[in-house]
Amino acid sequence: MPKDHGIGASSKRREDVRFLTGRGRYTDDINLHGQTYVHFLRSDVAHGRLHKVDTSAAEAMPGVVRIFTGKDFEGVGGLPCGWQVTDRHGNPMQEPAHPVLAQGKVRHVGDPIAAVVAETAAQARNAAEAIVLDIEELPAVVDMKKALSADAPKVHDDLTSNLCYDWGFVEENKGAVDEAFARAAHVTTLELVNNRLSPNAMEPRVAVGDYNAGTDDSTLYTTSQNPHVIRLLMGAFVLGIPEHKLRVVAPDVGGGFGSKIFHYAEEAFCTFAAKQIRRPVKWTCSRSEAFITDAHGRDHVTKIELALDAENNFTALRTETYANMGAYLSTFAPSVPTWLHGTLMAGNYKTPLIYVNVKAVFTNTVPVDAYRGAGRPEATYQLERLVDKAARELGVDPVDLRRQNFVTQFPYATPVAVEYDTGDYHATMDKLLEMIDRDGFEARAAKSKADGKLRGLGINCYIEACGIAPSALVGQLGARAGLYESATVRVNATGGIVVMTGSHSHGQGHETSFAQVVADMIGVPEAQVEIVHGDTANTPMGMGTYGSRSIAVGGSAMVRATEKIINKAKKIAAHLLEASDSDIELKDGQFTVAGTDKSVAWGDVTLAAYVPHNYPLTELEPGLEETAFYDPNNFTYPAGAYACEVEIDPDTGKVRICSFAAADDFGNVINPMIVSGQVHGGLAQGIGQALLENVSYDENGQLLSASYMDYAMPRADDVPFYQVDHSCVTPCTHNPLGVKGCGEAGAIGSPPAVVNAVIDALHRGGMTHVAHIDMPLTPARVWSAMQG
Amino acid sequence: MTQVTMTVNGKAVSGTVEGRTLLAEFLREGLRMTGTHIGCDTSQCGACVVHVNGNAIKSCTALALDLDGASVVTIEGMANPDGSLSVIQQAFQDHHGLQCGFCTPGMVMSAAALLKENPKPTEAEVRAYLEGNICRCTGYHNIVKAIMAASGQDVSAIAAE
Amino acid sequence: MYNFEFAKPATIAEAVEALAGEEAQALGGGQTLLPTMKQRLAAPATLVSLNAIPEMIGVCVNEAGEVCIGGATPHATVAREAQAQYPALAALASHIGDPAVRNRGTIGGSLANNDPSACYPAAALGSGAVIKTNTRDIPADDYFQGMFETALDEGEIITEVRFPVPQKANYQKFVQPASRFALVGVFVAKYADGVRVAVTGASSDGVFRWHEAEAALSADFSKAAIEGLAAPTGAMISDLHGSGDYRAHLVKVMTGRAVAAAS
Repeated sequence: MPKDHGIGASSKRREDVRFLTGRGRYTDDINLHGQTYVHFLRSDVAHGRLHKVDTSAAEAMPGVVRIFTGKDFEGVGGLPCGWQVTDRHGNPMQEPAHPVLAQGKVRHVGDPIAAVVAETAAQARNAAEAIVLDIEELPAVVDMKKALSADAPKVHDDLTSNLCYDWGFVEENKGAVDEAFARAAHVTTLELVNNRLSPNAMEPRVAVGDYNAGTDDSTLYTTSQNPHVIRLLMGAFVLGIPEHKLRVVAPDVGGGFGSKIFHYAEEAFCTFAAKQIRRPVKWTCSRSEAFITDAHGRDHVTKIELALDAENNFTALRTETYANMGAYLSTFAPSVPTWLHGTLMAGNYKTPLIYVNVKAVFTNTVPVDAYRGAGRPEATYQLERLVDKAARELGVDPVDLRRQNFVTQFPYATPVAVEYDTGDYHATMDKLLEMIDRDGFEARAAKSKADGKLRGLGINCYIEACGIAPSALVGQLGARAGLYESATVRVNATGGIVVMTGSHSHGQGHETSFAQVVADMIGVPEAQVEIVHGDTANTPMGMGTYGSRSIAVGGSAMVRATEKIINKAKKIAAHLLEASDSDIELKDGQFTVAGTDKSVAWGDVTLAAYVPHNYPLTELEPGLEETAFYDPNNFTYPAGAYACEVEIDPDTGKVRICSFAAADDFGNVINPMIVSGQVHGGLAQGIGQALLENVSYDENGQLLSASYMDYAMPRADDVPFYQVDHSCVTPCTHNPLGVKGCGEAGAIGSPPAVVNAVIDALHRGGMTHVAHIDMPLTPARVWSAMQG
Repeated sequence: MTQVTMTVNGKAVSGTVEGRTLLAEFLREGLRMTGTHIGCDTSQCGACVVHVNGNAIKSCTALALDLDGASVVTIEGMANPDGSLSVIQQAFQDHHGLQCGFCTPGMVMSAAALLKENPKPTEAEVRAYLEGNICRCTGYHNIVKAIMAASGQDVSAIAAE
Repeated sequence: MYNFEFAKPATIAEAVEALAGEEAQALGGGQTLLPTMKQRLAAPATLVSLNAIPEMIGVCVNEAGEVCIGGATPHATVAREAQAQYPALAALASHIGDPAVRNRGTIGGSLANNDPSACYPAAALGSGAVIKTNTRDIPADDYFQGMFETALDEGEIITEVRFPVPQKANYQKFVQPASRFALVGVFVAKYADGVRVAVTGASSDGVFRWHEAEAALSADFSKAAIEGLAAPTGAMISDLHGSGDYRAHLVKVMTGRAVAAAS
C-alpha cells in the first residue's frame, strides 16, 4: 500500500496552485517604483579589438538616463571563477580576467560592450543602436584543436596560449595504463563529440537591481539557483559590498538546469548601476539574447580506448578530451571536464587502471559551464558508447559484457579517486530487462521491417556522483567554496513549522518534498510545515541547488536541524510530564513517557516554548528554533540501467523513439511522483541532446543556432511515454535519509541508450560500416552515415 | 498612444498602448496580469498562449491594437468561479504536469483549446496539438497524461506516478 | 520593435489607401512579420492590419468549381472549411506552424512573404492557383519569383487565392525539427491535363516545380514512375539541418510518398 503522507508518499505539490492560476512570482513579474530598463549593446563579431565606444549621440536620445561602458568598471572587480584546476605538471590553470563590460577586446558574439539605462526598454534599445563602435575585427578561433596550434590567434592576449589547462588524472597511473594497453588482448577505440547544448530553461534570465540610499542597502532580484552564492561572488569579488548590505532574492525561478548557477555580468551590472543612478535597474533577457549569453553545456571532443584481456575483462581505460571553455571562465567551468568528469570514468565497472587527459581550451564562443549532469553525461556517454562498440567487436552480448565487469563489492574505491559507498548494478539491470521485454524485441523488429523501418535496441548503464560535495575534499581539488548546505527550522508557538533552507527550488518541488520529511519526523500534517527559500534575507547561508544535491545535502541539513528541535522539544515535554527526557518518545505529534499513557501533544510543547510559564528556564532557553549546517563526507552515487528502442526510416534517416525505460537506484525516495517527474525531464533533455539539439557556430564564430528557429528543442511529439522505476534501493550509507539525488540521472543515462539503439538498428539493417554517428542524430546525419 | 478596450476574463478593461504593444505586454505591463509568460521571441515556446474570441493564440505575436474589442481569456481566468482549480488545472496538479511552472499557463490554455475541439484526444493527438508549447522540465509525460485525464480518460495504465 | 502607426481598415479600398502611405506595410496574421520586427529587421512606419476586412476572410467555391480563399483567412479556417472540397489543401493548412499560429497566420500573409520553407507556396504553385490582388489576377507560375520575392507591387494586397481542385492531391512535409517549417515539402496534384509537383524548403530560389517528375507522373501517376529519375539539382539549400544532397534526396522521397498517398 503506497503511503499517503510523509516520506515515501506521492504528495501533490503545494506550489502548483499558484503556478496553475497565474499567481507565480517570477523575477520578470517584479516591477519596482521608479524602475529603469537596461539594454546591453553586445558584440556582433566573435573577436575584435575595441578601439572606441562613442556614446555621445546615444546620450542625447530620448529617455536615456545613463550609458555605461567598460571604463565605468575599471575600478570594479571582474566576474570570478569559483574553481582553480591544477594541470598535470602542477601548475595552476590560466585564468583570464572577465570584465562586466568589455575592456579593450570583445571575445564572443554577445560579449557586452555598453549598457544603456533608460526610462523604457525600447528607449534603451533605440539609444544602444546609436552608439558608434570602432571595432577592429580579429580572426576568431572556434575549433579547439586549431585554437591550440602555435599560430592560432589568442583569445586573451595576456595568456601564453589558448590552453586553459592540460589535466592528467591520475597522472601517476599513466605509465601503468599504457603498459596495460600494450598487454591487452583486445583494444576498442572510439572518437566522438559530445555536442554543445544551450540549457534553455523556459524562463529567460532577469535581473532587477535596487538601492536604498537611506540605508545604503543593495538588493538584487535575479533568476538564480543559488542566491547566497551570487551574494558572495558579487559582493566580495565584483562590487565590494559586504553581505550585510546586500540582499539577493531568487523568487519563483522558471527552470535552471545549471545555467542559473553562475554569476553573470548582468546581475553585477544591475546592482552596480542601481546604486550609481539611485533608481532600480531592470534587465529582461530575450530568448535570442539568451542563446548568446547563457552559459552553454558539454562541447567535448574525445578519443577513448578500452583494453580488455582474453576473457573480456576490462583491464584499462584511457581517454583524451578537448573541453571547450568558451571565451571566459564561467563560475564553475574548470571543474566540469575535470572533477565532475574524470572521477566518473570508472562507470559501473571494476576497470583497475584509468588515465584521463583533458585539455581545456579558450575559443571565441559563449562560455561553457555546468548543464544538467555536468561532466557526468560526458563520462557516461563515452564509456557506454565504447563498451557497446567493444561488445559488437567481440561478438558478445552488450548486457553480458557489462555484467561481467560490474562492480559488485561495496564500498568500492575506484582508480579515479572516488569511493562508491553502495549500489547494486545487477539489480537495476535485472529490473530494466524485466521492464523492456527484451525477448520480444525480435518480433517487434520483424514488424518494423515489414513496415519498411529499421528497429534497434540500445542498453546502457550509468553512475553519477551527486550530493555535491564534501567541502574539505573539493577544497583540495581546487574549489574556492565550501559545498555544505544549511537549514533553519523555526517552530511557532501554536506548532506550525517554517523551514528556511539554503537549497533553492526552481521546479524540483522542495516546498512539498522537504515538508514531507519534517512532517514525517515530527508526526504532524504536511500542511503544518512551510518551506522558505530563495532570499538571503530570510534563509541561512546556503550553497543552493545543482548537482542533484538538494535532498542529499540540503535535506540532511534540514534533518539535523529538525533532530535538534525534537531533542529540545523532548526536554520541554519531559518537564511538562515530570519525566526524564531520555524516557520521552515522539510519535504522531505526541510526546509520551515510554511505557506509560502519559503524554503531551506537539502543540502544548511548542506553546510552552514560547509561553514559558511552566518551563525549565534555568536549564533551557525558551523558544524553538534551530539551525544546522551539513557537510557531506562523501558524494552519493545514484546508478541505473537505461534502454531505448528506436525505429529508423531508412528513406529519410529519421529516428523515432519507440520506447524508453529507466531503472534507477536513487536510494530512498521521499516523493515518488516528483522523482519520476525529474527522471522524465532528464530523459527528454538526453533524448534532445541525442537527436535534436546542437549549438552550431560557423568558422567565424557566428552562432548559427541562434533561436528556436534553428535550435531544436524536444517537443511533445518527439518523445514517448517513458517507463521509469526506482524500486531498486540501496540506501546511501552516509546521510541521514539514505538518499542519493535524482535530478540529473535522466540526462546522464539517456544519450548513449539512444545512440546505441540507432547503431544497433543500422547494424541489424546490414549497415555494419556505421560504427558511430555523432550527436545529434539528425535525419540528415543518419541518412548520410547510411550512404557509407 | 492609443486607447484599447477589450474584455479580459469577463471584465471590461482598457488602457493606452503604442502601435507596437503586443497583447502579452498589454496583459503583463498594462494590466499587471503576469500569469501570461514570454519565453521566446520567435513565436514558438507557447508560454504566452491565451484565448482570443475563443481561439488559442500566441499573445506575444499579436498586437494589442489589432485585438481592440476582443474577448480574451488568460490563465488568471481559468479557475472555477469559486476559485477552485478547474478540471484541467486539477488534472495538472494530480498528475504532476508541471515543475517550474513557467510554461504552465500556455500549456493549460492550449489544453483547454484542444479539449474544446476534441473532447477525447488520443495520446498522439495531444502530442501533436502541443507542437507549439515547449516545456523543458517535465519531458511532457505528465502533461500529456494530465490532459488525457482531464478529458475523462482512464490514464491508470500509463506508466509511473 | 520600432514603433509604428497602426491602421485597421474595414474594406479593401481603405486598406489600399492606407498602404499608399510612406513606408506602410500590410499585416496579416503577423506570425512571421512580428517576430521579424522584434529583431528590428523590419521597420514600417505604418502597419495596416488586414484582419478586419470581411470580404477577405472565408472559404467558398466559385462557379468554376475552384476553392476560393480570402487573403486574410487564417490557416485554421482553411483546415476546417476547405476539407470537403480540397482535402489535400486543408491537410496542408492543418500542419502549418502550430494550433495557436494557425489561428492567426493567414494565407495571404504566407504567400506575400514567400518564405522558401513555407507550405502554402507549394500548394499554390502545385495547384496552379491564381493569386487575386486588389488590381489583378496573378497565376502562381508568375507569382513566385525567388526567396522572399513575389510579383506583388508595393501596396498590392492579396485579396483571394483561387485553387482549381485536382482529381487527386497530397502534400508531404518533412519538418525541420526546430522551426517546424518544411525542411522539404512536396505538393503533388493530378489534374485532367497533367500533374503538377511543387517543392518547398529545398531551394534557395524558393518554391519550384519539378518538371521531370511532372512529366513522368503525367504519363504514369505512380510512385514507380519517378523511381528512375535523378533527384532535382539546382540551388539546393545547404545548412545546419541538411546538405543540398540530402534535400534533393528528400524531394524524391517526399514526391513518391505524396503520389502514393494522393487521394
